[in-house]
Amino acid sequence: MASVPKKRGDLPLTPLSYPTEGSMGKTGSWRIFRPEVNYSKCTKCTICWVFCPDAAITRQQDDSPKIDYDYCKGCGVCANECPVKAIAMVREEE
Amino acid sequence: MGGFEGVKDMVTMKELPKEEYLLKGHAACAGCGPAVSLRMLFKALGNKVFLVVPACCTTVIQGPYPFTAFGVPLQNILFESTGAAASGVVAALRQRKMNDITVVGWAGDGGTADIGIQALSGAAERGTNFIYICYDNEAYGNTGMQRSGLTPYGAWTTTTPSGKRERKKDMPMIMAAHKIPYVATACTSFPLDFVNKVRKAKDIQGTKYIHLLAPCPTGWRCDTSKTIEMGRLAVQTGLFVLFEVENGKFKFSSPSDRLADKSKRKPVTDYFSGQGRFRGLTGEDLARIEKWVDEDWDQYRKLASECL
Amino acid sequence: MVQKIVDTANHLAGYAAKAAGVKVVAAYPITPQTSVVEKIADLVESGEMDAEFIRVESEHSAMVACIGAAATGVRTFTATSAHGLALMHEALHWASGSRLPIVMAVVNRAMGAPWSIWPDLSDSLSQRDTGWIQFYCADNQEVFDTILQAYKLCEDERVFLPAMVCLEGFILSHTYAPAEIPDQAKIDDFLPEYKSGWVLDVNKPCSHANLVSPEWYMEFRYMIQEAMENAKRLIPQIDKEYGKRFGHEYGGLVEKYRCDGADLVLLTMGTMGSDAKLAVDKLRKEGLKVGSARVRVFRPFPVEEIVKLAASSRMLVTMDRHISFGMEGFLGSEVKASVYGQEDRPLFAGFIAGLGGRDVTAETIEKVAKKSLKMLDAGRVEKETEWVDLRE
Repeated sequence: MASVPKKRGDLPLTPLSYPTEGSMGKTGSWRIFRPEVNYSKCTKCTICWVFCPDAAITRQQDDSPKIDYDYCKGCGVCANECPVKAIAMVREEE
Repeated sequence: MGGFEGVKDMVTMKELPKEEYLLKGHAACAGCGPAVSLRMLFKALGNKVFLVVPACCTTVIQGPYPFTAFGVPLQNILFESTGAAASGVVAALRQRKMNDITVVGWAGDGGTADIGIQALSGAAERGTNFIYICYDNEAYGNTGMQRSGLTPYGAWTTTTPSGKRERKKDMPMIMAAHKIPYVATACTSFPLDFVNKVRKAKDIQGTKYIHLLAPCPTGWRCDTSKTIEMGRLAVQTGLFVLFEVENGKFKFSSPSDRLADKSKRKPVTDYFSGQGRFRGLTGEDLARIEKWVDEDWDQYRKLASECL
Repeated sequence: MVQKIVDTANHLAGYAAKAAGVKVVAAYPITPQTSVVEKIADLVESGEMDAEFIRVESEHSAMVACIGAAATGVRTFTATSAHGLALMHEALHWASGSRLPIVMAVVNRAMGAPWSIWPDLSDSLSQRDTGWIQFYCADNQEVFDTILQAYKLCEDERVFLPAMVCLEGFILSHTYAPAEIPDQAKIDDFLPEYKSGWVLDVNKPCSHANLVSPEWYMEFRYMIQEAMENAKRLIPQIDKEYGKRFGHEYGGLVEKYRCDGADLVLLTMGTMGSDAKLAVDKLRKEGLKVGSARVRVFRPFPVEEIVKLAASSRMLVTMDRHISFGMEGFLGSEVKASVYGQEDRPLFAGFIAGLGGRDVTAETIEKVAKKSLKMLDAGRVEKETEWVDLRE
């Protein structure tokens, strides 16, 4: 929806910015640790989905979480809140 | 996606709608409490919302032109004037006979309790029909964690390096004194409570004020994973109380309703020990804080009993 | 039906807001603007004016409420003076940067400290950089007419900038004078439905005015400058059209009086322009070739008009009801700046007069003109800026 202006004529009258996923780029690059879900432990309670500050977790059809690693900042809230400790924070290998 | 007329309180997280109006890849810090609650705000209201946002963390969370992380119309406005801008927006919507849009002022500490208090007070006094939410991360986050009127006693900030000596301004009670129809406190860590309070507010005519404790790992000096845990502890220790004042009647919200009994409250040290900003608290500070907590709870208990 | 009334400029400003079909007014009282908002309160409560009046708690909130309302898609109006205008300074920037066609009546009053309630132009002139179009009126009728012209101008897609219509406190604001209010149907024909360049819309959600990096900020500012240039072209056209429709026009950007063949042209703003005409008539009777030019529009500054006057005369004299401490009056500075690039430049003298409501009569202006003519004869200006009638 948002188009990047290339010349002055592309500009709107006043700065109007349109909804964009990745408005700050691929914020997944901020990560030091990445969350990994153990789906056999997961009880599909959706708590991780609720508490993700970045909406990087999608609640799938069966209520299990799907993490978008392009945008996950690795904050660890999901792992900390998971009532059955089904999410582990694993160090990213550079 | 519009309103939720006639729908009862949400009881389980699975009732929360899946649509996101705070889009991923935004500029908030990792672990940002306010970002969690922004998502919940839209789960409560849908997208027929005009957001009025002063200078605050949320200004930056949007990201830079030509992009924004928000999927609803958002008017960025001057720091001290959320209430005034909202008054203008509400009046114009009324003149245009557009009755199905909820106007929400979403402001931080400064925009609410300090530089913005005048405009908020004016809007409330005029009964402006909007929901005002203060997302309280207890400092000026946007500019790097300077103290605000909502910074608690003893907390480190960049302008109170040896700990703030003044008490936290009691914004919920200040707003209740305006005799507006709905005042409530909420916390990021209790999302269903927040969502239900926003939904209740939506259906009330007049000024609605919600004071939301929104933990900030960046400013509170704790691990980014502890955001929700810290908010939960704030409530469990009784340092932050969940309640509503609806048409002047005070009512505790769960779980604060069970914490009037001091023995049920977790020790405040559980909360303070998890955050680097309280590292400087002395024994004397702790004693003072515990006394204030007891006094505040006495006051709330009195209000609650008067309203039975 | 044309209504012939006798009323103050402040009341006429209220009537103009009503005639313009303004839908939201947000204002805070301040002397000598107060009767504008009181009139609007009356009109709204009696139902004569179909609008909402937000009784804000400060001028800063007044301007921001107008911004919120304009961004939501309605015609807005406010009014203020002196310290109220100063208080909304940052909001003035926000309004022009947001390209919102807000119109505001500024009842000119001196700035403190110390307190003064009497007129001079320091308040609005010190806001010249905010991206607002600025009109300066010389009589009550002009106040009414200019507010309507301002909406037409500001809502033109080549402009989309806010405008302030300035009128001196007490001299105009509280003085009763005859005026005409044109037929409403004719006004509606002149000023169509509210139009803005953008609006908050649930169907096309966007964030307005979030962070703009150095990559594009300068271009957005250039667009404001372009809009000002467009306004400069459009103002005379709109004034002429208004004159044709309603029988009143004001010379566009600069109202010239007997400048043909003038050796010396007196440049003034606001009500001084009326007294200057009287002075010119007297001087002309004495055989002195003097003309006067009332700068009606200060932003955008009518550079081309000033250059024309400079080319056709031997001396330009400005009378500023304003001082920029450490320099001179803005009218003086900007007249000189306009003419600097010309090969043949006339002599120039600047005068500071009428600060804090000190009366400036036709006699005062005549004195200034005669003093300047002496300098013209001598071919030399002793002091580039002189304060008129200053006590020892």
